Amino acid sequence: MYKYTQFDTDFVHQRNAQFRAQIERRLNGSLTEDEFKPLRLMNGLYLQLHAYMLRVAIPYGTLNGGQMRQLAMIAERWDKGYGHFTTRQNIQFNWPKLPDVADILDALGDVEMHAIQTSGNTIRNVTADHFAGAAADELEDPRPYAELIRQWSTDHPEFQFLPRKFKIALSGSPRDRAVTRAHDIGLRMVKRQGVIGFEVIVGGGLGRTPMIGKVIREFIPPAELLPYLEAIVSVWNLLGRRDNKYKARIKITVHEHGIDKIKALVEERFALLRDSFQGNDQRLLEQIRTGFAPPAFKTGPLKTFEQRYGFDRVFRDWVDTNTHPHRNNAYAIVSISLKTPGKTPGDASAEQMRVMADIAERYGHDELRVSHEQNLILPHVHKSDLEAVHKAMQGAGLGTANIGLISDIIACPGMDYCALATARSIPIAQEIATHFDALKAEHDIGVLKVKISGCINACGHHHIGHIGILGLDRAGVENYQITLGGDATETAAIGDRAGPGFSADEIVPAIDRLVAAYLTHRIDASEIFLQTYRRVGLAPFKQALYPTAARGKQANAA
Amino acid sequence: MVRPFIDKVVTANDLREGDVVYLTETNNWTRHLSEAEVLQDEATAKARLTAGSGDVLKIIGAYLADVTAAETGPEPRHFREEFRRTGPSNYFHGKQESAENV
Repeated sequence: MYKYTQFDTDFVHQRNAQFRAQIERRLNGSLTEDEFKPLRLMNGLYLQLHAYMLRVAIPYGTLNGGQMRQLAMIAERWDKGYGHFTTRQNIQFNWPKLPDVADILDALGDVEMHAIQTSGNTIRNVTADHFAGAAADELEDPRPYAELIRQWSTDHPEFQFLPRKFKIALSGSPRDRAVTRAHDIGLRMVKRQGVIGFEVIVGGGLGRTPMIGKVIREFIPPAELLPYLEAIVSVWNLLGRRDNKYKARIKITVHEHGIDKIKALVEERFALLRDSFQGNDQRLLEQIRTGFAPPAFKTGPLKTFEQRYGFDRVFRDWVDTNTHPHRNNAYAIVSISLKTPGKTPGDASAEQMRVMADIAERYGHDELRVSHEQNLILPHVHKSDLEAVHKAMQGAGLGTANIGLISDIIACPGMDYCALATARSIPIAQEIATHFDALKAEHDIGVLKVKISGCINACGHHHIGHIGILGLDRAGVENYQITLGGDATETAAIGDRAGPGFSADEIVPAIDRLVAAYLTHRIDASEIFLQTYRRVGLAPFKQALYPTAARGKQANAA
Repeated sequence: MVRPFIDKVVTANDLREGDVVYLTETNNWTRHLSEAEVLQDEATAKARLTAGSGDVLKIIGAYLADVTAAETGPEPRHFREEFRRTGPSNYFHGKQESAENV
């Protein structure tokens, strides 16, 4: 893992000391809230419905056991004993008190973590494929580049007052697990004539105007990556709509000016910037790379694992559902589900965090990842250790075998916590998960991505869920709108709105009808919901959602 | 036609703890909606909001929230305010938790 240099340590400590003094000045009245707000946002501190919320970055989703244990300590000492993992590989604490925040940040700094640029109009936490450095299908680990981008973007003097927030995601695999097409910049690693580089996608995003990103450069070699990124952000920084917050994101800039014009401007700027880096970024990249050397993989017999897999059905289900192919055949990537039906998606208690830290240290080469799907990952587990890992997980309520299934739901905090929300998300996720869990039908239903947002800002990624649910306030009542056919992967697509929304009581039966329609129309169990939807289209699902309307139409036609 | 005025309370979050607070008749901030001062006309509401907002060492983000007067004190009219005076629905945290510990 990347280790902080003395520069990194000093920078974080200095920033924490500055913010400690800023908090003191706010509390004694030397700073007004208007003056303090941008300062607290630069350090990840929001005010939500019931309390402050501190958003802590987990750069490219990577953390070790010691860091996880520190998060557990923070949760218990200064919060309410749990943390919430988010779709942008952050962890949020929902109940910090303002006078404690400086101590929390110092405790984070002690384990090389921080909350810098997790809010505000800056370049946010850089996210990456949660299987990076482990996936069998990967070209190369994208995290050294992610770390380089993190260092370049942190406190970048030109980019501290951007028109709006700016999000960058990287993937090192042709399989896109980092949602690169729904980011301001998505970087997809590609190989050309044996040389690694990146396809650069720009102007993707969800929120009130969802857009799939467009390719601005088919191939950029690593040596030119930073100047090219700087050119993009720099062009948008001048062109972006500062007059209208809702039109300020780069997706609108690209939409309004057209990709060709933006590309021309970026290339022009790039030509100017290209030489100014003078290879310093490449020397830094080489240093960073040493921090991402693969672990010393162990060898050992797999016979016991294979036997257990053969006769223990619960274990087999978990292995089949929650592990993915590792680039080392004797290893597996383990996904730890934070989606036990009835629980809050993405939440882990301090106790669970400690269990995961222990397991990572003992069986996982001391590495953990946070996925944008709000689960945790043990990227490197030798197959002979899977049984012990599974057992330890089960004992801590972390053994649910539902990765990628209907109860593995992304849900934003919604109106249970968020000041921007228009409706709740968590209870809807809980009800859908418990409903299908009780039917014991989810393995038969197969891969089905349900994503729920409690407002139009789409933190719950509803637009790119196979089934997306958007919670709205309709005349003072919570109402849930359904979108269908969204896709977060390399075949990214924005879902189609199905029709009028449903009340909180009607939404689970509505999802039930959608699933029944899918089971009726699928060719066989190998065709997943999204494939069936793409083959048959919206009509049969619409009919299932609105049977009365469909009957009325038929009567009129007759 | 003049639209009838809907009763209001001044609400905010506590500066130090972030907890939801309401302005009382005696210019204090209470954690309980039932103890809030109910404002029954536009001019008073505006004046009380201005007064409350000035209390910058105690609170943050003051605004007016619609309420309905009831025997036990004001009741929220919108579900957002219902959550603010109760706490989240996934855990027994926030005001509902403190109420039990009284």
